[in-house]
Amino acid sequence: MEINQQKHYVIRKNKERLFLAAMVACAALSVLPLVLLVGYVFIRGIGAINLAFFFNLPAPVGTPGGGMANAILGTLMIVLIGCFFSLPIGVLAGIWLAEWGKGKTGFLVRYCVDILAGIPSIVLGIFAYVLIVLPLHRFSAIAGGFAVSLVMLPYITRTTEEMVRLVPRSLREAGLALGLPEWKVAWFVVLRTAWSGIFTGIMLAVARAAGETAPLLFTAFSSLYWNFRPDQPTASMTVQIYNFAISPYEEWQQMAWAGSLVLMAIVLLITVLVRKKSKRVSYG
Amino acid sequence: MDKIVATDVNAWFDGKQALKNINFKIEANKVTAIIGPSGCGKSTFIRCLNRMHETITGATVSGQILLDGQDIYRQEIDPVNVRRRVGMVFQKATPFPTMTIYDNVAAGLRLNGLKDRDQLDRAVEQSLRDAALWDEVKDVLFKPGTNLSGGQQQRLCIARALAIKPEVLLLDEPCSALDPISTAKVEELIHVLKKDYTVVIVTHNMQQAARVADYTAFFMLGELVEYNATGKIFTAPRDKRTEDYVTGRFG
Repeated sequence: MEINQQKHYVIRKNKERLFLAAMVACAALSVLPLVLLVGYVFIRGIGAINLAFFFNLPAPVGTPGGGMANAILGTLMIVLIGCFFSLPIGVLAGIWLAEWGKGKTGFLVRYCVDILAGIPSIVLGIFAYVLIVLPLHRFSAIAGGFAVSLVMLPYITRTTEEMVRLVPRSLREAGLALGLPEWKVAWFVVLRTAWSGIFTGIMLAVARAAGETAPLLFTAFSSLYWNFRPDQPTASMTVQIYNFAISPYEEWQQMAWAGSLVLMAIVLLITVLVRKKSKRVSYG
Repeated sequence: MDKIVATDVNAWFDGKQALKNINFKIEANKVTAIIGPSGCGKSTFIRCLNRMHETITGATVSGQILLDGQDIYRQEIDPVNVRRRVGMVFQKATPFPTMTIYDNVAAGLRLNGLKDRDQLDRAVEQSLRDAALWDEVKDVLFKPGTNLSGGQQQRLCIARALAIKPEVLLLDEPCSALDPISTAKVEELIHVLKKDYTVVIVTHNMQQAARVADYTAFFMLGELVEYNATGKIFTAPRDKRTEDYVTGRFG
């Protein structure tokens, strides 16, 4: 009897070890892709990163010293245009959802925003194509920015809503008790308090937008030249990487790796910085 | 003179009655304390006096509340204007966390449109002096308000309420989160404030009511049980329930 119990104990202990080992292995496996990916992109890309990469236009095949400066600028322009559309709408909609969106309308709006977040981004691109590219008869940064703003909008709206909700009722009451109208309390007290959190959401949306390719393929299109006009086809890092990567030329493929590395570094940097900062959010 | 006259005031939260037929007169430039066990409606009552009660979803009020003879619940009255005349300080100190001490005190004036720097400076200093906080913060005016101690934060909130020059000051258990020294400071302040303001203070501390108030009202289960000069309430209560409460037999 005793010996039997002892045996069961050993089996149980071993089962526990087995499961623990399996879980640790899976946890390690889930980290592995990121490590491999960053490592591999770094190794492949770092060789082509130099000053020219940041300041020169793509060079024709066979010519040394090309860069992706126009694509870097283009991504910046597209993301800025995306912010221009999505920031005011997202932030105001988020405040409205948090402060007044308790009823059926609020539920409906929230629902739609969540669905928008789940729509494949290529579909958003087609939508922008039909809405902006077709009527204007050309690809443009505006069309790209609009498509990207649809990607950003749900993020910004929902983060704003959540951050505004986190502001305690006591602060709103303190504002109201000072004889401030509701909108001033929402704007100057609540929004100001929630702002650092909202900013986090905006930056994550920016990082997400900068990494999007699909919505830009037939909106901003691409370009191998400088473009400062938002109504013209505009290069972006992602589409440039795509074009270079599928090209048969060694130098361009090399540029694609370098571009991937830079884009990844930017996105990771934003994400890491913002996550670090958002941990410090507190509302006293 | 009666500053506030409440007649047949009833209040509800989602249909649940929190105040029952309150009739109450509050004298100008006096301190009136409201005491009673938790959940008796004392906070609800003072929140009706500046129309804060209705800001809670599902909360409703009926009856009449006159401020200087004018019904604050009349249709055409903007609650925002009522709140400018009837200021309020809450149980928990609520300095605006993103603002400096100066900005906190100036908030009410600034957001109501005052831009003149000199006027703001003067109002901030005066309010902080009135709240007995000036000497402690005059060198750190541009530091965040949340850096102050709990007691200082509460006086900062009093200064913020005073800055917009209300006529009535409602204090909703202002000392319940404070240590005895900070409490003493706030009580001292209340004595001074009644020169210029009508003060209504909700407290669950009977000694505090006895120390600061000219008049005391005892609330229970949403009803005003007894209301009299503070001395009378504590030494010769007329109602058995008041007597039980002030002698500590329940509550």
